[in-house]
Amino acid sequence: MTRSSKTPIRNGGGQAGPSAQDTVARASATPGRAQPHAELGLSGAEYQRITELLGRRPTDAELAIYSVMWSEHCSYKSSRAHLRQFADKAPPTTALLAGIGQNAGVVDIGGGYAVTFKLESHNHPSYVEPFQGAATGVGGIVRDILAMGARPVAVMDSLRFGPAEAPDTRRVLPGVVAGISFYGNCLGLPNIGGELAFDSCYAGNPLVNALCLGVMRHEDLKLAAATGPGNKVVLLGSRTGPDGIGGASVLASASFGGGGGVGEDEGGEAGRSRQAAKRPSVQVGDPFLEKLLVECCLELYAAGLVVGIQDLGAAGVACATTELAAGGGPDVGMRVRLDSVPLRDASLGPAEILMSESQERMMAIVEPAGLERFLGICAKWDVQATVIGDVTGTGRLKMTWHGELVVDIPPGSAADQGPVYLRPAERPAWQAALQADDPARLNRPGTGQELRSTLLSLLSAPDATDKTWVTEQYDRYVRGNTILAQPADAGLIRVDEGTFLGVALALDGNGRYSLLDPYAGAQLALAEAYRNVAATGARPLAVTNCLNFGSPEDPAVMWQFTEAVRGLADACQVLGVPVTGGNVSFYNQTGDAAIHPTPVVGVLGVHDDVRRRLSTGFGRAGCRLVLLGRSKAELGGSLWARVAHRHLGGRPPAVDLAAERALAAVLAEAGRAGLLESAHDLSDGGLAIALAECCLAGGQGCTVHLPGAPEGGVFPLLFGESAARALVSVRPGAEAEFAALCQGGGVPAAVLGVTGGAGLEIAGSFSVPLDELASAHGATLPALFG
Amino acid sequence: MTARVGIITFPGSLDDQDAVRAVRRAGGTAVPLWHGERDLRGVDAVVLPGGFSYGDYLRCGAIARFAPVMAELVPAARAGLPVLGVCNGFQILCEAHLLPGALTRNSGLRFISREVRVRMENVGTPWTADYAAGQEVTLVLKSGEGAYVADPATLSGLEARGQVLARYVAASPNGSVSGIAGICSESGSVVGLMPHPEHAIDPLTGPGDEGLGFFTSAVRALAPA
Repeated sequence: MTRSSKTPIRNGGGQAGPSAQDTVARASATPGRAQPHAELGLSGAEYQRITELLGRRPTDAELAIYSVMWSEHCSYKSSRAHLRQFADKAPPTTALLAGIGQNAGVVDIGGGYAVTFKLESHNHPSYVEPFQGAATGVGGIVRDILAMGARPVAVMDSLRFGPAEAPDTRRVLPGVVAGISFYGNCLGLPNIGGELAFDSCYAGNPLVNALCLGVMRHEDLKLAAATGPGNKVVLLGSRTGPDGIGGASVLASASFGGGGGVGEDEGGEAGRSRQAAKRPSVQVGDPFLEKLLVECCLELYAAGLVVGIQDLGAAGVACATTELAAGGGPDVGMRVRLDSVPLRDASLGPAEILMSESQERMMAIVEPAGLERFLGICAKWDVQATVIGDVTGTGRLKMTWHGELVVDIPPGSAADQGPVYLRPAERPAWQAALQADDPARLNRPGTGQELRSTLLSLLSAPDATDKTWVTEQYDRYVRGNTILAQPADAGLIRVDEGTFLGVALALDGNGRYSLLDPYAGAQLALAEAYRNVAATGARPLAVTNCLNFGSPEDPAVMWQFTEAVRGLADACQVLGVPVTGGNVSFYNQTGDAAIHPTPVVGVLGVHDDVRRRLSTGFGRAGCRLVLLGRSKAELGGSLWARVAHRHLGGRPPAVDLAAERALAAVLAEAGRAGLLESAHDLSDGGLAIALAECCLAGGQGCTVHLPGAPEGGVFPLLFGESAARALVSVRPGAEAEFAALCQGGGVPAAVLGVTGGAGLEIAGSFSVPLDELASAHGATLPALFG
Repeated sequence: MTARVGIITFPGSLDDQDAVRAVRRAGGTAVPLWHGERDLRGVDAVVLPGGFSYGDYLRCGAIARFAPVMAELVPAARAGLPVLGVCNGFQILCEAHLLPGALTRNSGLRFISREVRVRMENVGTPWTADYAAGQEVTLVLKSGEGAYVADPATLSGLEARGQVLARYVAASPNGSVSGIAGICSESGSVVGLMPHPEHAIDPLTGPGDEGLGFFTSAVRALAPA
């Protein structure tokens, strides 16, 4: 990777004499010196605020710190005011051991175990350099989980690209998949699921959201806090190089000439072309080093040698030092010798060292008495570890460069006191027309033959096709605890080999629904992930999210964002699942065209006995097939409207959270009692796609007798996308008990038919042999991507 | 007393804990061995697990071959100590010249992770005695550089001496010559296998338990009288 040659602050480095530095003394003596705050993404008002906080102009190194820490990416300045709802509306829970604000949320799953999980975007880097962008996205989220004290045990990813057949998608998708495969496989983490979707709105703005799951004992929890004056600040892992300098800010935050900027995770074609000279440099990942870092840190934790720890991601040393010091409390400070940071490029100066986003680094706080043992364990794992400073009781973060003071700030001013904006939000004028454009006007298939070909065309559509081409590049087996992985509704990981305690995880989002109604769309994403977790027999427990949107400076996008946040917070409250953390990715737009608002939601559930997990495939013949939930003729934003008519309009399916709750409770109890042979949630493509997927996953056909369809024939029942539904096959002999369970739980249960046979048969309408289903489902991605 | 099977952890080994689990499930005692120590701790057999030893920089297995523990392992293996190398372990055994040939990039140029059916062809080794000749078993293939290659003379020698241990039942998924999934040394004590038996020891977490036989074979063969 080449360095960002136009970094505005580049002050000398090691070869230059110390006198070349912009020291604190010089900053005080030269108050009028012009500084490139705009090029660093800080507005005039923000720069003014820094000078007020410090009582003088910042040094170049201080300016570097504020520019990255007050960037949209690090400070959440446009979203923070809205994200408060996740805390304000959090349902009462005793499961949360650490929540929003930490590197990742931590959830009690019983048996003395806790799990931590988080979803994060690496969208823009994955467009610029798909392989490394996606690879370092995995690496970054894994370090977040490691920093909580947990052993990372699984990853997932939610991917969205431009049209599947577009030439640029052929550049981006294979690179992203290979990057995830490379990093995750080399790290030894099973990839247990995720999403793959395509839409022209993501051309130029692919979404690459990566999730990591970690497991720990309760007492292992680590926090990002520096405490104990005299303790050592240790930087461990990779040497610091010029990669990704200012990724979080230089190109990110505010307005360059009035338009959207481009940054670490915040892209925009207009921003890119206007600011060609300020192209971000994507970091390069080394999963081997990360594997050593993981094992090294876990051994350090087990030896009780870590007082506090923070991963280095966006904003690198600037972020880790300010957050660790601020996390320790108002009296905690730090003294850091920046010239002791091990470098890959000896010409780097203090500002560049502070902003570098070199991968595979962590910063630990260590008691002096334990330092020798600490360094010994690092040496065992061939992990470089360097003492770069000390914790102090001054409440000031002071940094020196060859003895001269170049930073002297209150750490909280950078970490916690960034600007907060309440940007204007306005429902776009086109929203009403979009919602009025109901799919009811579209031509529908009527005959059996038409319904049959509709099913086959949906089954082969890139959004619904078999994802094996992608998932076959991911190791799902390593560590030997993967119970369910793609294409299962949710991933399921065994946590304890003795008790069979496990956790299920699902990731879902639907940009089409969210465009039609961002409030409902966010709720539907949550509901689907919740339902997917429940369909394995697990109890949904907690939520993470990644909110992918266009520019917050566009009031229409800001309206979509506020609606989605409000919708998600409200629904989490009703479903009783708290948001434990998440990530916001703005500026996913090209010129004035933003992506569909795309909140991606991850739900984590606990499974008391993974041996009783439910899976999608029809496992055996002769089982009663039951459709759970209420079906309505809901086709707005549906897969059918898109594939058959390229239509997107109307309203998304109605949200019924009480019904979701009831359905999840019935599935969990049926799983526990062993009443079911299979379970699969209904989502894109409705009942028809779900039936085909169950047949293919189990290698078993079925015969379906559709009940009377009052709303215009069997079509809406087959292809409508009403929420809160699942398709199950019942263990022979358990029919009555299951029917009673559904009735008691208030879940409508319609007997559809029976499993078995050589194909999917809709009685009186059409049938498709299994091999024809399989070839329609399986051919699309290999044909497109080789 | 049960057989003591050592599992070497190199920096970048990933399936070492899976190998430990498989040895235990087969009734053996798993003994962790560390790449940096010239010490085999008196084990009865050794497993080189899958992963990316030393990041697989330069060439898969090329650096691991020079690890201190290998200085003990190579002469012991030549003297008859049973050694099973799986995936990256197979690559290391080839680099260490304990087995002939080499593993190269998959013909499709992509990492492949899938369940594969292999046919057992040599069941006379300490690692395969619990199988029947010609038995087909399902294991897990997960590798980017799993295509076995060797020069024609080496190949015909392997075939003639029954050193082809296992072959893919269907077309070779990675371009492996003659569908070779695993080979053994002339004595049969050193075995290299590209698909993973340790991921097929329990239907709950893998395609079944047909891989367990590799470990039960060794544990049975080596159990102290």
